[in-house]
Amino acid sequence: LSHGAGGCATDQLVKGIFHRAFDNDWLRAGNDQSAFAVPAGCMVMTTDSYVVSPLFFPGGNIGSLAVHGTINDIAMAGACPLYLSAGFIIEEGFPLADLNRIADAMGAASRAAGVPIITGDTKVVERGKADGVFISTSGIGMIRAGLDLRSDAARPGDAVIISGSIGDHGVAVMSKRENLDFDTDIISDCAALHGLVAAMVEVAGSSIRLMRDPTRGGLAATLNEIANASNVGLRIDEETIPIKPEVAAACELLGLDPLNVANEGKLVVLVAPEFANALLAVMRAHPLGAQAALIGHAEDDDHCFVQMATSFGGSRIVDWLWGEQLPRIC
Amino acid sequence: MVSTLASMAEDRVRRLRVRVRGAVQGVGFRPFVYRLARMMQLTGFVLNDSAGVLIEVEGTAVDCFAERVWKEAPPLARVDTVDKLELEPAGDETFEILESVGGRGATRIGADAATCVECRHELNDPDNRFFGYPFVNCTHCGPRFTITRALPYDRGRTSMAAFPMCSACGADYANPESRRFHSEPLACPACGPQLSHPIAEVSARLMNGQIIAIKGVGGFQLFCDARNDTAIDRLRRRKMRDEKPFAIMVPDIETARILARPSRAQEDLLASTAAPIVLIEARDHLSKLIAPGLSRIGLLLAHAPVHHLLFAAFAAEAAGAPAALIATSANPEGEPLVSDNDDAMHRLPGVADLIVTHDRDIAIRADDSVMQVIDGAPSFLRRARGFVPEPVDLGEDGPCVIATGADFKNAICVTRGREAFLSQHIGGLDNVKAIRFQREALEHLCSILDVRPEFAACDLHPDFRSARIAEHLDLPLLPVQHHLAHVAAVAAEHHAGGPVLGLALDGHGYGVDGSSWGGEMLVVNGPRWRRLSSLLPLPAPGAGRVAREPWRMGIAALQAAGRRDLAATLWPGHPGVAQLDAMFSRGLQSADTSSLGRLFDAVAAIAGVRLVQSYEGQAAMELEALVDDPQCLAGGYSLADGLLDFRPLIIHLAERQLGRRKAADLFHGTLISGLADWASLGASQAGTRAIMLGGGCITNRILAEGLSSALRDHGLEPYLPHQIPPNDGGIALGQAAFARHVIKHDCAQNWEHRTCA
Ligand SMILES: [Fe+3]
Ligand SMILES: [Mg+2]
Ligand SMILES: [Zn+2]
Ligand SMILES: [Zn+2]
Repeated sequence: LSHGAGGCATDQLVKGIFHRAFDNDWLRAGNDQSAFAVPAGCMVMTTDSYVVSPLFFPGGNIGSLAVHGTINDIAMAGACPLYLSAGFIIEEGFPLADLNRIADAMGAASRAAGVPIITGDTKVVERGKADGVFISTSGIGMIRAGLDLRSDAARPGDAVIISGSIGDHGVAVMSKRENLDFDTDIISDCAALHGLVAAMVEVAGSSIRLMRDPTRGGLAATLNEIANASNVGLRIDEETIPIKPEVAAACELLGLDPLNVANEGKLVVLVAPEFANALLAVMRAHPLGAQAALIGHAEDDDHCFVQMATSFGGSRIVDWLWGEQLPRIC
Repeated sequence: MVSTLASMAEDRVRRLRVRVRGAVQGVGFRPFVYRLARMMQLTGFVLNDSAGVLIEVEGTAVDCFAERVWKEAPPLARVDTVDKLELEPAGDETFEILESVGGRGATRIGADAATCVECRHELNDPDNRFFGYPFVNCTHCGPRFTITRALPYDRGRTSMAAFPMCSACGADYANPESRRFHSEPLACPACGPQLSHPIAEVSARLMNGQIIAIKGVGGFQLFCDARNDTAIDRLRRRKMRDEKPFAIMVPDIETARILARPSRAQEDLLASTAAPIVLIEARDHLSKLIAPGLSRIGLLLAHAPVHHLLFAAFAAEAAGAPAALIATSANPEGEPLVSDNDDAMHRLPGVADLIVTHDRDIAIRADDSVMQVIDGAPSFLRRARGFVPEPVDLGEDGPCVIATGADFKNAICVTRGREAFLSQHIGGLDNVKAIRFQREALEHLCSILDVRPEFAACDLHPDFRSARIAEHLDLPLLPVQHHLAHVAAVAAEHHAGGPVLGLALDGHGYGVDGSSWGGEMLVVNGPRWRRLSSLLPLPAPGAGRVAREPWRMGIAALQAAGRRDLAATLWPGHPGVAQLDAMFSRGLQSADTSSLGRLFDAVAAIAGVRLVQSYEGQAAMELEALVDDPQCLAGGYSLADGLLDFRPLIIHLAERQLGRRKAADLFHGTLISGLADWASLGASQAGTRAIMLGGGCITNRILAEGLSSALRDHGLEPYLPHQIPPNDGGIALGQAAFARHVIKHDCAQNWEHRTCA
């Protein structure tokens, strides 16, 4: 892929790739924007930029991640995603074959989710001005009438539920990046969660206080965000947190705390305690929530501490981290 | 000769104003002065005021009086200065103790002190009012810091407020001739606190191998018979404490000598009023469960009346074998010790078979202090009961700064005037109870010092809980690099001005470049500093796991030395080593560390001493315990590019597999030589001969003593910390001291105005 003199041709080529991969009526119309009818009610809109190294990892690539991530951001509001847009910044010299793979993955993810990518843009920049490809996706969706999920809605006593095992995505990406070789392949959990959310909302509706997807910073960061936003403490139990043995082993080898490792197909939900079991049952009935588990509860705490009962019988603070996991013991 | 001249000059009547500063209140200073003045037939008065003790004496031997005030001060007094001013005689006819005047400016609360000889005598005297009373004390001994809530120091502001004195105690309190004159914690069986269980029952249960929690001076402690392996094993399981050494309490020095080989200096420490735990070379006949893998044990003497009573009963039953008790803080491992009765009833039943409590509150908790003797001088491993709140003199005035320390072995520091007050050991800030304790300690310290901090200092580590706490203090905040703080702490204690060289020999600390530091050579000059050099960085594969699993550093050091081929022979069949080996061969990129602590870990793994630690510092401590005669391996280190590189030693140890003892000798000897050569080079670059030695590795006695003597051989002046721990327990002092330099020189660019999230 080149940049500069042949820019126009390249642009056409790139458009060709994406139009083929995402194919739908809006793109076929060839406009610089897409029109659609707006249903009545409350809409949500979100935007996210995707920068991941490596671009291809077990269980997905930057393309599927860009679709799932944005759909999940919409879904976390309890909303049904409708349309996506996608912007690409591509480094000069990026192999066309790779671009095709990414576009195919996006198209497949979008079709499987039933959320079309209806507009987009591409720019090719000089070598060194970008790292392969960056993708920016936006999305809109509709919130079911009467639902109002806000990050400050958690109350003491609420049950904390996670939809499945933690750390899969981060460890998959890292093992690919560091060229690690584990006995069992660890695959990213990258998935669109709006189907699971729809099932949850259907049953538990307004007893759901809030939902979050524990992406960057992992479960630890998400729980701390919830605690701080809602001004509650959270107390979780290490032994109830689902984690795949191979992910646990990899984290141990790499010295990572799985609580700080990213997920791309999991959600955390806080729910009024009396609805916890019903919600768990619904989640477990859905393929993306089969391993859902009740991992703790919210409590009164001015300091908004997230605490975890450890398997050694003690209790430790679960912190969100500033950046990489840095050693702290002197 | 001098005294003859003095007495000749003192024939005529003179009046002298004597100003005494230091820890001179609440320690029986006024009655001492009163008795001395009356004995010397002087008139005048003594009183407490905001600056300390003020005396005016009139008569013919006033100079001699001032000298004796200095020399014969009561045991718990810490006299900093005695200043004299000549006045006109006023013709007083008596000597009086006057009412205290003025605010609380520079007054100090004393540290807790071991039961004095006189009180112990009364404890054992059937005819005495205090016979068998577990709370006997006087102005020469007993609790201070741990029962005091605020200034000024009087009974109403201590946890003795709940116990009105009986008439006998009231008479002692008012009698200047009594050892209990103005003794605030004074109490007797008729009016004071009571123990929940009879001593005889406690003793009998201990004999039966039970684990007993007893409320002591600074918190609850767990006791069990140190000769009973079943009891010790049960205690380890209940506390979930696998191998970390336990301290042993003994009734007296004689018993200490039977169990260990204390030097004169170690005996002095054991018997000091602070009564710390002292690490001493053990004799053979102690249970191997007490300090597995170590050659020294931690001993402390009975120091509270309840301990003396307990040993009196226990030793009688134990007839023959020396009576010794395991004494360890009563808390689930990793959490701060329990000090509150309700808390004890809630948290200790799973650990203790019996909980012995009493009705005097502990106002602020304090663990036992832990010390050793290095180079003939006391050195802290943990500073708490018996020493807090004694200040470190900074040598110059400055603003009130609060420093929040590091995240493990946490202690905070508050400065007031020229004094720096390091809090008691708080512990690891990884649990909410420890964070609450830190908050309590902070508020308590500010309360008993009557200060409001104006500036804050903290560690540079972005994920340190202690740093976040500092951000929330809402004060101008100065983050101080970890190893700079280690060095600044030593420099502050020794008033080392001008450029000094600092060796921070440590575990991990967050470097200004974001990498992991820990074997650093710094030049520090007031608010200016720079990193001159470091140990050669080694890979540290596995973030926080590295410190717990020395095998990681073992293979990493071999990787750095280009000899990973030796891994398979050193650790055959070790799955972790094999995996890391494979990862290195595929080009694993892991963060590097210049830490000396991690080099210790690497050597411990290569020498076969320890692959996985069950407590922090275990590998290095076991390696130290194996040293017999440190020897330097010729060519074992190099100083290429200014970095101190021990890879030749690593290769030698890995290739030869000399056995654990030989490896420990060679490592310590080569390390000492290498560090001394390195420091010598740095000292000439920096233009100084003063070398500050700080960091966790300086708690290694072999290293600290060997390096000090090697530096002296190079014509350099080594300085070790004596008043604070060299490890992270002393780092808050360095943060505070460095912050004061920055403030003084108005180095505004150093300040960060972080806002709260
Ligand atoms: Fe340190
Ligand atoms: Mg977003
Ligand atoms: Zn006494
Ligand atoms: Zn009394």
